[in-house]
Amino acid sequence: MTILIDETTPIIVQGMSGRIGQFHAADMIRHGTRVVGGVTPGKGGETLLDRPLFNTVREAVEATGAEASLVFVPPPFAADAIMEAADAGIRTAVCVTDGIPAQDMMRVKRFLKRYPAERKMRLIGPNCAGVISPGKSFMGIMPPHIYKPGRIGIVGRSGTLGYEAASQMNDLGIGVSTSVGIGGDPINGSSFRDILELFEADPGTDAVMMIGEIGGPQEAEAAEYVRTKMKKPVVAYIAGLSAPKGRKMGHAGAIISAFGESAQEKVEILSAAGITISPTPSAMGETMARVLAGRAAA
Amino acid sequence: MDIHEYQAKEILSRFGVPVPRGGLAYSPEQAGYRARELGGSGWVVKAQIHSGGRGAAGGVKFCRTEEEVRDFAATLFGRQLVTKQTDANGKGVYRIWVESASDIAQELYLGFVLDRKSERIMIVASAHGGMEIEDLAVSDPASLRRMVVDPAVGLAEYQARELAFALGLRGGQIAQMVTILRACYRAYRDLDATMVEINPLVITGKGDLVALDAKMSFDTNALFRRPEIAELRDRSQEDPRESAAGDHGLSYVGLDGDIGCIINGAGLAMASMDMIKLAGGEPANFLDIGGGASPERVVRAFRTVLADRNVLVVLVNIFAGINRCDWVAEGVVKAYRELGLTLPVVVRLAGTNVEEGRRIVDNSGLPLISADTLADAAAKAVEARNRIAA
Repeated sequence: MTILIDETTPIIVQGMSGRIGQFHAADMIRHGTRVVGGVTPGKGGETLLDRPLFNTVREAVEATGAEASLVFVPPPFAADAIMEAADAGIRTAVCVTDGIPAQDMMRVKRFLKRYPAERKMRLIGPNCAGVISPGKSFMGIMPPHIYKPGRIGIVGRSGTLGYEAASQMNDLGIGVSTSVGIGGDPINGSSFRDILELFEADPGTDAVMMIGEIGGPQEAEAAEYVRTKMKKPVVAYIAGLSAPKGRKMGHAGAIISAFGESAQEKVEILSAAGITISPTPSAMGETMARVLAGRAAA
Repeated sequence: MDIHEYQAKEILSRFGVPVPRGGLAYSPEQAGYRARELGGSGWVVKAQIHSGGRGAAGGVKFCRTEEEVRDFAATLFGRQLVTKQTDANGKGVYRIWVESASDIAQELYLGFVLDRKSERIMIVASAHGGMEIEDLAVSDPASLRRMVVDPAVGLAEYQARELAFALGLRGGQIAQMVTILRACYRAYRDLDATMVEINPLVITGKGDLVALDAKMSFDTNALFRRPEIAELRDRSQEDPRESAAGDHGLSYVGLDGDIGCIINGAGLAMASMDMIKLAGGEPANFLDIGGGASPERVVRAFRTVLADRNVLVVLVNIFAGINRCDWVAEGVVKAYRELGLTLPVVVRLAGTNVEEGRRIVDNSGLPLISADTLADAAAKAVEARNRIAA
């Protein structure tokens, strides 16, 4: 089993006719993802990558039964595209777009809350690498060949550091159930905690690798969840040990601006919650291997 | 993006925040003229730089005569003002704000920020202003009042009133405070700000509220729809290497070490810096080449990193998803030849098109140091650095 997507999930791509959208949609199809169509306003009725294009998400959902949408729409229009997906009945949206204004995301988060739980859309991202259930399906920009199918969940803010974790685990023969990039923006659709809840409930996931970074309160919130509710083991690495206070390190959200937001402080909070810390970014795989071995022995 | 105090005051005043009368000067003579124009018998002369802590750094002075205004301005212009918020180089003073002195009975603190926990705009206020909020949070945390605004409704009048009473204001001050709070909120929301700070907000001898200082920052992601704000960008206040890098799609932050870093992805960049540190070295910079980097962008990254004279070794660490290892490898080889490099360059490639990338590196005939893993790359970079420094 996996979380969020598997080989049966019908997926559309918003912004599929764009250069980047088309490139990654083709890669998704090549790796067996069930891409059922694309949405580009004004191109409804055309065909791309042997899939139908639609003018609106609503039309695409009605015609194809799409349940998930990958949003590749430029920053000025991305928030609107996400809200369109939510209103059309999409269950899971993944937004890769980097550079969405913070107040647009405030509006999106509020908009998503309008829907009752049973038809509320889950948003992953923005500014993320996407979601992959190895060997089954993926929506995003990651290199799928580095992921080995298996039973470990990965959740991280950074795309490339998620690749690093998957590849280190792959080298040790450890596979992945689903890997989720939640993105580097200050306001994002799903938090560490949201994804940890899904992994905790997933019978196909045995343990979780969590990759955090400096800035924001989400790692501490996740620690509280792990401490009080989670039974599966969690291994974590926090990037930014060498980052100075008050300087933004690439991600809009990666800035130490309050107490408890430095890497060292987050490591302490996570350790106190019973999470096993990978002391270096190159030890993520072996730390997970050690935790799994300890569990098998117990 | 930050703007100057005088610009923030102009903006906030347009939204209804009372500010002292003042004028901008680009020369000592003009500063003196501004004082005469304003009239009265006392002026505050303030260096305009993108940093707080100007007063303690000697960038602000109360002057009693026009001559004093001119003389003080003369000492400020062209000077690099070092505050506790700037680096050791400080920031250059090229503009000065001359303001009518205010009669101060009490100083308050007022700030608007994005609260990442509630994902809403949060107001932070204190009846004890004048010092930095970070210091206030340590010395007098009980005085801090926080209030979160529902974006669908905006700042309700009752909320503003509650805050005004909680700060100990009374009489006509309540209505004044409600006006100021709502004005700041509207300015924040309508202009895509990320921070509005009035510190101090003063109560004058007559009991009126006036914004004595003002600071605003804006969301760079929203500048496409705020051209009037984008115009206020002042490059003289930016680190020239960081802004030049930004113009070429590179995200760069200069640091104090000597191992230059060229990485893709902010998370991997931070992790590589951590790894260098753990291996006993010090990173010279944070640099994210972004997605889909062309060989030319990689060459530009080398130029950016090498503009820092302290750099002894360069570490290239790429885990390509949306990037391509072959393009990056071509860029590394091109940079090595075009820039006539002699310093050690450690290259670690993984992900999309990795075989082609490694082939380009191996067949280049250049003394590039290949590394297989993140740990290997950091260790080799530190080793090369120690060989040179020894």
